[in-house]
Amino acid sequence: MNATVTRARRNTRLDPARIGIYAFLVSAAAFFLLPLYIMLVTSVKPMDEIRLGNIFALPLSFTMEPWQTAWSSACTGVDCEGIRGGFWNSLAIVAPSTVLSILIGALNGYALSFWRARGAGLLFGILMMGAFIPVQVMIYPLVQILAALHLFSSLPGIILIHVIFGMPVMTLLFRNYYASIPEELFKAARIDGGGFFRIFLQLMLPMSTPIIIVAAIMQVTGIWNDYILGLVFAGRENLPMTVQLNNVINTTTGVRLYNVNMAATILTSLVPLSIYLVSGRWFVRGIAAGAVKG
Amino acid sequence: MSNVSIRNLCVSLGGNRIIENLDLDVIESEFLVLLGPSGCGKSTLLHSIAGLIDVADGSIAIGGEDMTWADPADRRIGMVFQSYALYPTMSVEGNMSFGLRIGGTPKAEIERRVKRAAEILHLEPLLKRKPSQLSGGQRQRVAIGRALVREADVLLFDEPLSNLDAKLRAELRRELKLLHRKLRSTMIYVTHDQVEAMTLATRIVVMQGGKIQQIGTPESVYSKPDNLFVAGFLGAPGMNFLNGTLACDRSMVRFAAGQVDLDVSNYAFKHEPRHDMTVVLGIRPEQIQIGDQGNLTGVVSLVEPMGNHEIVWIDYCGHSLAAIVQEMREFKADDRVRFSVDAAKISIFDQFDEARL
Ligand SMILES: Nc1ncnc2c1ncn2[C@@H]1O[C@H](COP(=O)(O)OP(=O)(O)OP(=O)(O)O)[C@@H](O)[C@H]1O
Ligand SMILES: [Mg+2]
Repeated sequence: MNATVTRARRNTRLDPARIGIYAFLVSAAAFFLLPLYIMLVTSVKPMDEIRLGNIFALPLSFTMEPWQTAWSSACTGVDCEGIRGGFWNSLAIVAPSTVLSILIGALNGYALSFWRARGAGLLFGILMMGAFIPVQVMIYPLVQILAALHLFSSLPGIILIHVIFGMPVMTLLFRNYYASIPEELFKAARIDGGGFFRIFLQLMLPMSTPIIIVAAIMQVTGIWNDYILGLVFAGRENLPMTVQLNNVINTTTGVRLYNVNMAATILTSLVPLSIYLVSGRWFVRGIAAGAVKG
Repeated sequence: MSNVSIRNLCVSLGGNRIIENLDLDVIESEFLVLLGPSGCGKSTLLHSIAGLIDVADGSIAIGGEDMTWADPADRRIGMVFQSYALYPTMSVEGNMSFGLRIGGTPKAEIERRVKRAAEILHLEPLLKRKPSQLSGGQRQRVAIGRALVREADVLLFDEPLSNLDAKLRAELRRELKLLHRKLRSTMIYVTHDQVEAMTLATRIVVMQGGKIQQIGTPESVYSKPDNLFVAGFLGAPGMNFLNGTLACDRSMVRFAAGQVDLDVSNYAFKHEPRHDMTVVLGIRPEQIQIGDQGNLTGVVSLVEPMGNHEIVWIDYCGHSLAAIVQEMREFKADDRVRFSVDAAKISIFDQFDEARL
């Protein structure tokens, strides 16, 4: 007996169905990548070349000057200092807002999942309703409140606003994550003598790394991309990059510098873009982990 | 080493009364096993003792001190959970010492206790590992170790062995028994595995529907069940039940059911039997003696060899009776066999209130 077993091979032939799938994927990718391509090539062309109108053409004479201009000398209204100020402003807004909203969301989710105070369900319901009320409805009352607190048009003010608006989603995210942690773990810590904050800080937070990463991605991109809240609450000194970008593009004096506009836009979107590229995998994983239960 | 005394305990969960007016006294240093079907409230009772569930009414005293509203950490208890509940981000050592660190125990003392627990439970080589790097049995031992280092007066176990395979379960069962002998702490142990209950317990508490059905030594609960539920719950194969009536005739008492007719005169009745009383007769499988001198006859319907003994199912006047035979003999289906039943060792229950007569 000498039976030879022919190993089954994976089918790698290109049949029509497969070609169709690839064609679809390539065109879908092109649809989303084309604008980015146009922005990139436009941002490295001198204005003369742009006036020719061939927006798809590669640059004939490559220049980084528009990027420099956009960063440090483009005019936003009256002063011409580029959008770098906006970059630092955005950073100053995003970093504390993200950290604070994650901490508060985690604390809320932890309290709701494990301590079950009387009326916790109701509180959570109200908080969730907050997530569905359009921002526009709340702007005027919030302006009044912040003005009364002397926080209007200040860095702490805009940070507070972002923390408040981030709270429902952050709470939901962490509550669902903690709901998947066995309750006996919490009970074991109670027997070991852990109090509210100790269990939170020494047990729950160290276990929350995946969901903290997800929350950080959501908050950083969300707050970085925010326009309306920054415009209303940040004040002239602290305008975020998005608002400055708008000012650069809408500056009415002189000719429209398309290459500078494109460079400024790319610069502004660089932070969320790089976060997506670096952490897309984490993001999907965390969303799946957090969203299934609840 | 403390006693636990529970008075008139009522517990509600999500609006349902789970435990109603329960009284229980756990004697110092005993190994008390709570046994009952799934959902009967064993975990609920244990968690109330630990202070993890608020009681609706009644009181819980540990070591003579009222602990009804005390914080779980102040009750001088240690607990081993069904799901182990090890802290995943901490090492074995960290898991065991967490409670002591919170309590502010001096470093040297923590080290001494962790070392001792690790010795008892053979965990020394694993102290630096994370729970995810341990096998099921090792995790279980860490969970026990975490309860031990507290040097608690009362140890609570909630089905600690139910997630393990049969061999490991038998092994850890033995270790637990040895541990109890060594520590002499009061242990309350929840299980629905009756082998665990019989082998470990100094006393067994059989529960059903949030109520205690019987408390007693393993022997007495097994051989003298207080009611039909306890009788049916313990034993594998279960007790053989026959429905019938009693016929009292001067000093003779006979049990009759169809063609069945058994002399039960030497049964130790707790209450005077009445004539024509409808009763349930219960016979443990090992109390059916198969042999030529038997006064009853039946036909073998099935033989189940179990290795060191076999279960012989006998058709007797339309009833199917299980008999355990210790010496392996050649029984075949359709054999006619003679057998006898020792009336002193059977159980008789009232059919209406299901209580032992
Ligand atoms: N949070 C809750 N809300 C309402 N009812 C509950 C809750 N937790 C448990 N119960 C009910 O309480 C009863 C007793 O539950 P318990 O967990 O004490 O049972 P058990 O005897 O430990 O069962 P098992 O052997 O399956 O662990 C069950 O009928 C269960 O449905
Ligand atoms: Mg249970």
